[in-house]
Amino acid sequence: MFSSLVCDQPATGRPELFAPQSDALVRKPPTASPELRKFARGISHAELAKYLVRTPRLNQVTMASRLEVRPDPEIVSVGIPEIDALTGGLPRGSLTEIYGPASSGRTTILMSALAAATRRGEACALVDVNDAFDPKSALAAGMNFQNLLWVRCGSDGRITSNKRKVPRSRSSSFFLKAGEKQKEETQHEWAQLEQAIKTIDLLLQSGGFGIVVIDLSAVPKQFARRIPLTSWFRFRRAVENTPTLLLLLGQTPCARTCASLVLRLDGQDTVMHKVSAAGSPLRIAISHAQLFEGLHLRMELQRTRMERKPVQSVNSALSAKAFGRDEKL
Amino acid sequence: MAFACIFVPDFPVEAILRAEPDLRSQALALLEGKPPQQKVFAINEKARCAGLDAGMTKLQAEACPGLALRCRSTAQESAAHAALLDCAQSFSPRVEDTAPDTVVLDITGTEHLFGPPAKIARDLARRASDLGLEANVAVASNPDAAMLAARGYSGVSVIASGEEEERLGHLPLHVLLACLSEITPERAAELSDMFDRWGLRNLRSLTALPALAVSERMGQEGLRLQKLSRGAVVRTLVPVDSPLIFEESIELEYPLILLEPLAFLLGRLLDQVCSRLASRALATQELHLKLELETGIHLDEDQDSPQTPEIPDYNEDDETETGSPPPLQTAEHATRVSFFSRTLRLPVAMLDAKVFLKLLQLDLKAHPPGAPIKKIWLSAQPARARAAQGGLFIPPSPEPEKLELTMARIAGIVGEGRLGSIELLDTHRPEGFLLQHFNPIDAERSNSKPVAQDSAASAVTALRIFRPALRATVTLRDGKPAHLACLKKKEISGDVIWQAGPWRSSGDWWEPYAWARDEWDIALQTSNGVVLYRLVRDLLSGQWLVEGTYD
Repeated sequence: MFSSLVCDQPATGRPELFAPQSDALVRKPPTASPELRKFARGISHAELAKYLVRTPRLNQVTMASRLEVRPDPEIVSVGIPEIDALTGGLPRGSLTEIYGPASSGRTTILMSALAAATRRGEACALVDVNDAFDPKSALAAGMNFQNLLWVRCGSDGRITSNKRKVPRSRSSSFFLKAGEKQKEETQHEWAQLEQAIKTIDLLLQSGGFGIVVIDLSAVPKQFARRIPLTSWFRFRRAVENTPTLLLLLGQTPCARTCASLVLRLDGQDTVMHKVSAAGSPLRIAISHAQLFEGLHLRMELQRTRMERKPVQSVNSALSAKAFGRDEKL
Repeated sequence: MAFACIFVPDFPVEAILRAEPDLRSQALALLEGKPPQQKVFAINEKARCAGLDAGMTKLQAEACPGLALRCRSTAQESAAHAALLDCAQSFSPRVEDTAPDTVVLDITGTEHLFGPPAKIARDLARRASDLGLEANVAVASNPDAAMLAARGYSGVSVIASGEEEERLGHLPLHVLLACLSEITPERAAELSDMFDRWGLRNLRSLTALPALAVSERMGQEGLRLQKLSRGAVVRTLVPVDSPLIFEESIELEYPLILLEPLAFLLGRLLDQVCSRLASRALATQELHLKLELETGIHLDEDQDSPQTPEIPDYNEDDETETGSPPPLQTAEHATRVSFFSRTLRLPVAMLDAKVFLKLLQLDLKAHPPGAPIKKIWLSAQPARARAAQGGLFIPPSPEPEKLELTMARIAGIVGEGRLGSIELLDTHRPEGFLLQHFNPIDAERSNSKPVAQDSAASAVTALRIFRPALRATVTLRDGKPAHLACLKKKEISGDVIWQAGPWRSSGDWWEPYAWARDEWDIALQTSNGVVLYRLVRDLLSGQWLVEGTYD
């Protein structure tokens, strides 16, 4: 019984059920003598509680039975029924990570989630690391732009690295060595990531957003992986107990244990297309007659903290239709 | 009937102390006139105790140890007068602008709102103190009695109806003469001499004189003075409708070079503006900052015309320079005045001096004035204060003040014009959108009812744009893309395994930025599977560009 007593230390805040229980958190009674153990076994739960209150040294000990249980988080719909069915929705107050290769449907899910949230009247923020957001796709997904704050990191932003960027003429840049070009590109990528992390920090501190998205989809894996884990812990801590959902898009998982929900998407095997009525009688593959129909989304739920035990991977598949081409045919 | 009078003793000094409250603890004298003929114009109580008097020369005044000397500022006096009017207006709509240092207000009927007259007088003094003015406040049954009491007694004084003669009787006669705005200073001096000869010292001795004898010697003027001394003059208040102009200014003795000390001054001005706005139950949605800059001009010995140095970082809001020729052609360095102005527009009406200060700091950091600052003007456009009514079922939304600060800080990181909400333009042109100020409050107003979520919502394939589009080399087979090679991104290369298109579009042919293009949807095989791209051929330049990827 005493081994289940957890010290509720004010400095560390509320003890978490999901946090690893280190030895420092489990405090044994000061005199764990066999007599005391026997005494503890013999008394009722209420008597033990009184004993703890009476003993000055054990005043701050909270019984395991009285530990505050973290309430189930509020769930946000992605706007795609299949994903809602698979994940149970995206939990607010936590970090959700969606990753996969190019053309796997990450942005499609993002647009759908943002569209659903902005239609509900929530203020959302998108930190676009590579400045790749397409407003027309967002409009087709049904987004309410008035509720979306789009932050475009990248080329025109201020390079905050120590070395100031010196403008070069075209002729001089032509003769740049490959190493220097690579170094410049690396600096540029880091500057973009630095901007994004600072922006996310400010947005989370500001509070009041329904969904905050950090889009690392086009950031090379080697850069995304080198974002310090402390940043993700900080972000997770900032959104905890708030109605904000922090959504992370990437090519590889980089938030690791900080993510409450991890969704992996697979790449496309084939191209979903259809042949238009104009092209079918000819029975030949005419590119004019073909139509890109959309993406086939295959996803796997890798981790969720909605369940106490680690879940098994669950696969699901759906298709996302393309927009705009029907009008042109 | 009840009237209150607010009187600020040593008003020009108080106007300076309002901008520099640190000087309140020491002797202060204001100088007026052109150097070297500057004379002391006004002093505070501490300076008076130190033996200073108005009319002394600057040299004489400087002999006093620990004395702070400042030049008289009419701009600060007018701002202080406006603040005094705001203070009075916050208690009653019937306010008489009697003198720069005196306002009288009718507080009849305000007891239900603000309490008894004594409490109103205390509140008036406190409000004036909040606005940076140490004022005397008096309440009496008629305006003139209130004025006399405010000038004669320091602090807060309340004269009950019927006790005017007794309470005012102790006041010296110069208080009465100072209250008379209709007589000239010369006439006031004559009257003072005459009363002195008659052996009159206070108002009681004047009222004790027989009315007939006074009338014989002084006429109607004497009778009026007697009535005033008794506090028995009944007159109609002349209310003034003061304009809603909230402007504060400060003139610096030495030009400011760094932004950090400027922030202190701005903070002080913002506090004053916000206090004035608060006294009128108003907020602001637009702040104007105007700086007078000192621009040095170097004169070469060979050249007659001055060379204007470049002032970096001037933006669109900069006003034209009001150039004046250098006073002395022989001077090696002369000064030229130029102005720099910034406007801070807010999406909602706010009244938080700290937020304004931070926003101004961030704005000035992004747009530095580029020259030393000599004078600062700060004005606020008044707006109705925002009624913040929260609701349990309203979706989460950031607080406007916090959001403005956050956006200003983010703009400092990613660059101005790189964040906001999207406004799509009515065009098929690529990148046909604008970024506007993000304001979810407006969105709430426009969509008072949140749109019901479509239960049968389905995913729509999204496109990720490459900005700028990637130039590519495309090999055609039967007029269709068969092979793609992108120099900048090696991974976007290979044989095209599927393609659809082209979709031709064009527009704005009547404009210089005409566009015409063929769009293709293509698929490339990569190690991670099939990747779909949008390939564009610019028909005007003939270039192939990879515009984006479907994701």
